[in-house]
Amino acid sequence: MTLSPLSRKVLAGLTFGVLALIYLPLLVVVANSVNPSQSMTWPPRGVTFEWWERAAHSSGVREALVTSLQVAAIATLLALVLGTLLALALQRYSFFGKSSVNLLVILPIALPGVVTGIALNNGFKGILGVDLSIWTIVIAHATFCIVTVFNNVQARLRRLGTSLEEASSDLGAGVFTTFRLVTLPQLRSALLAGGMLAFALSFDEIIVTTFTAGNGANTLPIWILNNMFRPNQAPVVNVVAVVLIVFSILPVWLAQRLSSDVEAAH
Amino acid sequence: MSLSTSAPAEAAAVDRTPAITLRGLRKTFGDVVAVDAVDLDIADGEFFSMLGPSGSGKTTVLRLIAGFEQASAGTVELGGVDVTRSAPFERDVHTVFQDYALFPHMSVLDNVGYGLRVRGLGKKERRERAQQALDTVRLGHLGARRPAQLSGGQRQRVALARAIVLQPRVLLLDEPLGALDLKLREQMQVELKQLQRELGITFVFVTHDQEEALTLSDRIAVFDAGRIQQLGSPREIYESPASAYVAGFVGTTNLFDSATSQRILGVAGEHAVRPERLRLSAGTEPDSEGSARPDEVRLEAVVVETIYLGTGNRVHLRTSDGVELVALEQSTGSLDTREHRGEDVTVRFARADVVPLAAGS
Repeated sequence: MTLSPLSRKVLAGLTFGVLALIYLPLLVVVANSVNPSQSMTWPPRGVTFEWWERAAHSSGVREALVTSLQVAAIATLLALVLGTLLALALQRYSFFGKSSVNLLVILPIALPGVVTGIALNNGFKGILGVDLSIWTIVIAHATFCIVTVFNNVQARLRRLGTSLEEASSDLGAGVFTTFRLVTLPQLRSALLAGGMLAFALSFDEIIVTTFTAGNGANTLPIWILNNMFRPNQAPVVNVVAVVLIVFSILPVWLAQRLSSDVEAAH
Repeated sequence: MSLSTSAPAEAAAVDRTPAITLRGLRKTFGDVVAVDAVDLDIADGEFFSMLGPSGSGKTTVLRLIAGFEQASAGTVELGGVDVTRSAPFERDVHTVFQDYALFPHMSVLDNVGYGLRVRGLGKKERRERAQQALDTVRLGHLGARRPAQLSGGQRQRVALARAIVLQPRVLLLDEPLGALDLKLREQMQVELKQLQRELGITFVFVTHDQEEALTLSDRIAVFDAGRIQQLGSPREIYESPASAYVAGFVGTTNLFDSATSQRILGVAGEHAVRPERLRLSAGTEPDSEGSARPDEVRLEAVVVETIYLGTGNRVHLRTSDGVELVALEQSTGSLDTREHRGEDVTVRFARADVVPLAAGS
């Protein structure tokens, strides 16, 4: 399709405008994290690392960061194991209720977070009688992290087909040996991509976390929400936001690169 | 075309337990009957081909023998042992897959050594035997490569090596030469035949290429619609096809329906005669009208088209009463004559060369 010079200019302008709208505020956050003025007057008059230092020494920030990393790591690990098992079951075997299970697995990513949050909150406190803690956050996050792993692995399994597994079985390998020596190595990049997306999803999740976090356990996004409107903490929030940006963008960028490498190799 | 006789295979079948025994084998996929009531004995050391068009059930029979599919009814025996319900890894048969199915994340040597590895052999012995198997298929120098770095023919041989390194009693080959170009295919046919003779193991070979089946096999089963239409040596299949289907699928043939047979041959029922049995001579020989020999059929025809094949000509003819015929003339050197379009010719063939076909199929 060829575009006229005018429409090319208009489209380029629109694209630029939309991207600017998304990324300029991010740049402002980055700039404000080194803005000497506590009330973030614009334009900044100079550069300071005072807020970074304060963030580094704030125990609240550190604890929240550690909690976030722990939650994301454990939820991702859970998702990797369960998501892969689910994908294998649904892609390689047929059983009663297969399509219903398929739908139920994917649903959590479509459900509004607030619904998942309330449901889990009621479930934990009302039905199971469990106190909210870091573990309830992990389980809550795993519900949607599973989906990204599941989707990646299922797509890979579908594209792989069954002939390699048949060949392995034909050469004398049992089900588990085949999985370990043939299927798993073929899934490696899909697991990496799915796992990184899961990690990023968990790391900046706030709605479900609000409903499932106990009093003691604060994740980084929750800490931001609690401190955003405290004038004292506002500059530190900017610093934490910048850290979050880096932590969120890196895995997504890596995941994208990995899956495009794999696409190119096929 | 060399036609091997079936005598050794038949002798083997008499005094040994068959390598493979199929009884009443049936496989359905939903409403589709892929394999229907197949009974078959494949002798030890036999080169056995299953020939048929795609969808005829031949590959499904192979997958039932390997264990990738579960039979809906009937039994599969290997060396007299019922394995109908056994998993593929419990069966002493190995498969060379149509798409080779080499493990892309392993080197060629590791691919070949895979079966030994899952059997718990040590690394050293594994490597030695894998190297030997690679040498057998003349790829000993490529062990360090990845499958993606090999040509189609080389991958084919790696797949072979990976299966024969385990010294199976039976090797299943699912259209193994289908993806290769003609020259390579002919070369691999010779190598397969030699390999089978050297190793002395049973080959079950699935193909839709009738020439390949005729050249390689001790015996052939011609499949259609999930059933074996005919079972016999290549010579029997080619020269005495049991049905119009077999006659038509294996090589070219002149088929006469019952009415035409009645008119030309004086007998009812379907008949077939191979194109190379037809002899052509120029002109209609009006003088010898009454002198056709009793053991010979003589027809007058017009040449519709002559096609040069290199080794000879294929001549398409139409008789005065509208019967279409194909004749194959071998090139005999400098004395070659070539019939031209529209020319009148006399067609003769021996009654002994006419094959009566079973009614119905």
